Amino acid sequence: MQDLNTTAINTWCPGCGNFAIHNSIKFVLTSLVGEGMPIENVVLISGIGCHAKIVDYVNTNSFYSLHGRVVPPATGIKISRPDLTVIGHSGDGDAYGEGIEHLIFAAKRNIDITMIIHNNRVYGLTTGQCTPTSPLGFKGRSTPAGNKELPINPLELMLASGATFIARGTSRAMEPMKKIFKEAILHKGFSIVDVLQVCVTYDNLYEYYDKHVYEMTDHDPSDYDKALARMREWDYNKDARIPLGVFYRKEEPTFEQNFINAPVSPDVRQSMVDKFLSEGA
Amino acid sequence: MQNFSVLIGGKAGYGVDKSGTVIANILGRLGFFVYVYRDYPSLIRGGHTYSLIRASSEKVGSHKDGIDLLLALNQDTIDLHKARLTDKAIIVYDSDSVTSDTIPQGKDAIYIPLVKITQEDKAPEIMRNTCLIGAMCKVFGIESSLLDEVIKKEFSRDTELNLKIAHRGYEAACSARKLEAVSKKSLPVFTGNEALSLGLIRAGLKAYIAYPMTPTSPILHFLASVAEKFSLKVIHPESEIAVMLMATGCAYAGDRVAVGTSGGGFCLMTEGLSFAGMAELPVVIVLGQRPGPSTGLPTYSTQTELLFALSAGQGEFTRLVVAPGDVEEAYFWSQVALNISWKFQIPSIILTDKTLGEGSYSFDRSLAKDILEENPISWDHSGTYKRYLDTQTGVSPLAFPPERGAVIKVNSYEHDESGLTVEDSPATIKMQEKRFRKTVHLASAVDAYEPVKVYGNKKAKKTLLCWGSNKSVCIEAAKKLGLRVVQVAVLSPFPATRFKEALDGVEEVISVECNAMGQLARLVSEYGFKVDRSISKYDGRPFSIDELLEHINVIK
Repeated sequence: MQDLNTTAINTWCPGCGNFAIHNSIKFVLTSLVGEGMPIENVVLISGIGCHAKIVDYVNTNSFYSLHGRVVPPATGIKISRPDLTVIGHSGDGDAYGEGIEHLIFAAKRNIDITMIIHNNRVYGLTTGQCTPTSPLGFKGRSTPAGNKELPINPLELMLASGATFIARGTSRAMEPMKKIFKEAILHKGFSIVDVLQVCVTYDNLYEYYDKHVYEMTDHDPSDYDKALARMREWDYNKDARIPLGVFYRKEEPTFEQNFINAPVSPDVRQSMVDKFLSEGA
Repeated sequence: MQNFSVLIGGKAGYGVDKSGTVIANILGRLGFFVYVYRDYPSLIRGGHTYSLIRASSEKVGSHKDGIDLLLALNQDTIDLHKARLTDKAIIVYDSDSVTSDTIPQGKDAIYIPLVKITQEDKAPEIMRNTCLIGAMCKVFGIESSLLDEVIKKEFSRDTELNLKIAHRGYEAACSARKLEAVSKKSLPVFTGNEALSLGLIRAGLKAYIAYPMTPTSPILHFLASVAEKFSLKVIHPESEIAVMLMATGCAYAGDRVAVGTSGGGFCLMTEGLSFAGMAELPVVIVLGQRPGPSTGLPTYSTQTELLFALSAGQGEFTRLVVAPGDVEEAYFWSQVALNISWKFQIPSIILTDKTLGEGSYSFDRSLAKDILEENPISWDHSGTYKRYLDTQTGVSPLAFPPERGAVIKVNSYEHDESGLTVEDSPATIKMQEKRFRKTVHLASAVDAYEPVKVYGNKKAKKTLLCWGSNKSVCIEAAKKLGLRVVQVAVLSPFPATRFKEALDGVEEVISVECNAMGQLARLVSEYGFKVDRSISKYDGRPFSIDELLEHINVIK
């Protein structure tokens, strides 16, 4: 198998939570390749932000997109080539802010892609502003007197939008995260993993998460109501226990399946066009 | 030259638009060249809407002010258009909806009780239009078998009832003018949107993505209706932002893809357009112009997006911008745009407008050229694959995932040949120059497709200068006045040499544009060409031939 490292110089801050996500995804890809998935079938897509550099650091097919625009190209790629394994990496500002409409529609369509959200709840690359998941009162550079908005709960939003695989991990717990990534990638349908990743420079929540997170061991992810209740245990704002693991999982028909038609040869295509042109549309 | 106009009018929801197509097809079968101008407001029910069908023994693509046959489904149609009736005009009207004392004196008027007829046959009210078309055929002395033929083709639903109602209209009317067939050759009728769609398919379209917006929604509808037949992926996503970025994903995966919109949607696409320029992903954008700023006149026409199309998107990058002038050119240039996009891995913009997109024209196959589909340069599987390999033409060999042994990386950041992000000066210069190098090769490729065309009196010292849908009206005016016409079909890269040749011997250039600023006039001035007079129209309506002649004659 090809080396998954590239020659790009890593510019994440020391201690950045992105390293754990980076190592986990490389580990999972290696494991999937070991089980027979060709590495050339993988496409990683990223937006813009610290998270997005990951595509420069993994030696696979990749699509370094625009801020907020991970889902649309991922959808286009999957529709054009349903045999590809399409994995989107996106930040919280990227996926839950600028590009939230796309995320909702991807869930609604149940397109078979995986979204891994590097959710550090702060804008890193633009140097420390609040994001859609920053808590009320968060003092960022655009909100020096404290954020006046409540955060959204992205898991609840995804459940309401029709996502068929919803999970949460943290960059502090790599082993469970690897397991979740692999399950999300193998899930047939739209899967999203919200990773509580820590930005050591602008919002160091390592200790906070260490005190609050727990792994769900007794949860039935096929139960919509229970999934919703678990998602509501923590609202990304008030102090509460933070459940980790797979909240919801369901099998549903996937969007890209609708576009698989028998190909039309150029000759047949041209004669059909000629027929139209002689008879009218 | 035989040359006349039929106007059918009513409210939105009366089937006026469909009537325009049916009448055009009937007249087309008599060998006439036809052109249909559709005027409708931005609403679903009510208002005043009309279709103006012009028929001529010569190729036609513009309307005239005078109406020779007025078909009135309601009172408004009489009131609003009676001033346009020619001396020998005939009026056929629904006597159940129009007050007979409002019919202008001295005109041949034929009344048909359309409401009564449809009610007697338990037909829906909308079938008044078929009844009126039946009456029209009788008025013109057209064989009822021809009427049947067209009704059968145009109405796949309720065909029998439509035939019955059309016949009742035919029987209720009387013959007033005998319309002789002008030619045995019967041309099919297409809208610009349909011809453009067929051109895209011909050139290998695999996916079409669009958010509905007048005047390009009919492309989405047409391609969706033939998607299975041509194995097309036709998608209507959440927004134009999604449309454009999804298209770049399809292109990355190897599918020839196009998107369609109007000015407002194109605003949202510009970040994706710039991305396509940087990432070198081929996407064709159909930009159907309608009047702005902002929502403007959503269902009317304009030529205000030329400068926008030329400069849209941050940064500097190579693009093809073409503006077809009629249906044959819509078919031709859409093939060129898709082919060129892939050959050079660049975005292409096809500029149309509501006049061309939603207008119907006789389609002359002999004027609509096919182009050869060229395969893009592919990776030869030697060495390490580099998505942005620097080459003499600036065009890098393509590979699509999954490709064993190749790592295919595209990037919105400045990047090195392998697609990894770079920010240093030498790498930036190298890659900028690589991308710009394509412009030169693009310009010479485009040169083979006649980017500038000359019509009319090719030796005249006075020329009309036009682009897009004004082509037909300019040719007609030039013919009457002995002028030359220069049409610029490729706007970027600007074909300056060909343009200079086209103007050889010209002493006076009169530009004709449906915008206020004279956008083509400004563009050519950048290349050192002077426009002596500008004729501008910015009310959302195309020039009628009479209106253009008047403008040319007045400004001296």
